[in-house]
Amino acid sequence: MTDFAGNQYIIEIVYLIASALFILSLRWMSSPSTARHGVRAGEIGMVLAIAGTLLHHGMEYKWIVIALVLGTGIGIPLGRVQMTAVPQRTALSHAFGALCVTLVGTAEFYLRSPNVPRFMMAVLAMEVILGSLTFTGSLMAAGKLQEILPQRPLTYKGQNFVNLGLLAVAVAIAVYLVQHPEGRQLFPFMIGIPLVFGVLMVVPIGGADMPTVISLLNSYAGLSAAAMGFVLDSKLLIIAGALDGSSGFILSVIMSKAMNRSFTNVLFGAFGQVQTSAAAGTEAKPVHSATAEEAAAILAAANQVVVVPGYGMAVAQAQHKVRELYDSLTKRGVIVRFAIHPVAGRMPGHMNVLLAEADIPYDKLLDMEDINGDFPQTDVALVIGANDVTNPAARTDTASPIYGMPILDVDKARTVMVIKRGMSPGFAGIDNPLYYLERTLMLFGDAKAFVNDIVRELGAGGHS
Amino acid sequence: MGSNLIDALFIFMLAAFIGFEVIRRISPLLHTPLMSLTNALDAIAVLGAIVLVGEHKSTFSAVLGVIAVVAATSNVVGGFLITDRMLKMFKTSRPTKP
Repeated sequence: MTDFAGNQYIIEIVYLIASALFILSLRWMSSPSTARHGVRAGEIGMVLAIAGTLLHHGMEYKWIVIALVLGTGIGIPLGRVQMTAVPQRTALSHAFGALCVTLVGTAEFYLRSPNVPRFMMAVLAMEVILGSLTFTGSLMAAGKLQEILPQRPLTYKGQNFVNLGLLAVAVAIAVYLVQHPEGRQLFPFMIGIPLVFGVLMVVPIGGADMPTVISLLNSYAGLSAAAMGFVLDSKLLIIAGALDGSSGFILSVIMSKAMNRSFTNVLFGAFGQVQTSAAAGTEAKPVHSATAEEAAAILAAANQVVVVPGYGMAVAQAQHKVRELYDSLTKRGVIVRFAIHPVAGRMPGHMNVLLAEADIPYDKLLDMEDINGDFPQTDVALVIGANDVTNPAARTDTASPIYGMPILDVDKARTVMVIKRGMSPGFAGIDNPLYYLERTLMLFGDAKAFVNDIVRELGAGGHS
Repeated sequence: MGSNLIDALFIFMLAAFIGFEVIRRISPLLHTPLMSLTNALDAIAVLGAIVLVGEHKSTFSAVLGVIAVVAATSNVVGGFLITDRMLKMFKTSRPTKP
């Protein structure tokens, strides 16, 4: 018995150290120069915590080792995916995290029932409800991002009513189980209904809303892990879950602000409503288009260039060509910077990672608030694969569905160039008045090919 | 149980506040690696699954536990790996650190 108590102390101290390392790990993420220390701290904390857990009295190790090896075997390829596949990988890992939490919660219920105290039953219910809806929701999100599932949002009348109704039934079952924890036959419904809810929650969501959804699912995954910490009385798990939950929450708030949606709107999954209103005006308005040669000449003569990348750049895999353009212009003494909208891409920070992968220095990547004041002094704003986040209608047109959404003020630059496949409206189906401005040149073509042509023209135009 | 519950709620509250304060300071530049890092840390849920497998109280719980350990371990390994890969790519144009 004394031996047991001694072990117990060691384990708790190890968990305490691991908790401190986890907090430090996030603390160090605040700057790119210390961020890799953060990863080290997290890894050490994790190894310590797992080692500490293996010290528990009376453990059988065989299956633990098999499972750890299997998990590592799956984890390594998931850690080596292409940078363009990071959003779907992240969604998939939310699904795995939620799966773990749900399975442990289920096992705990059947081991303890009918002797489950009320509070424990309540957090256990929260754990499995959040866990199972995050599991299927994240799988759906991953499927949409990987383009296995249609990216188009599917909406129908009364969708929110059906979804919230389902959730209400699951909560009602949870309340009943808190009163009657012997009701074992009801437990599968408390998992099954949120599993369905998770699918339905993500069905109406289109690609452009993915950053918000991924953040929200991140938050749910964290909260369900924290709830699991309450059930198992594990302080380390509560802390890690709370950290993850608050991280996801903060990101969701940032994303919903950047999309001009209220947070309650996001919480209840009402996002992704297709905005059909302004798409009607299809009469051809005149636009100015330019060739790669003309674009290259204007860029070469500029002092200040701001590149605005969007998801289209990622789709066209144009980031490495953009890097060549950056090199070519920088060599000529042109100052090139990048303006990153918070919801550019498919997850928070997506564009930064892609541009960093292409070796563009991160001090050239600026947030919306930091760059917006500089557009009036900018000679050329080059928009690559971004649309709605540059739409000046968001500032001026109160009738526009995106009115009020914070945008990059590219229309204030002296010249605007937009690389675009054609004149089709963006995701939200909203026409972009930017394209019809006197100062705007449309560069029609594939982003990668067009940037390549510009780089070639710059190279041909003599060197300085 | 009663005092444990209150203790746990206090810990949750404090950790959530620390999370808010620490994460608020993280620049949007690093939001993607932040998400993959918190994901790896969150996979600490593997501890609960390990105990479930190790204690082997029933076949049912052990089977669920094994699947849970596999899922969470893949998050731990994959999460740390890709976070580090991403962070390695972030370079500044200035020769020395500011």
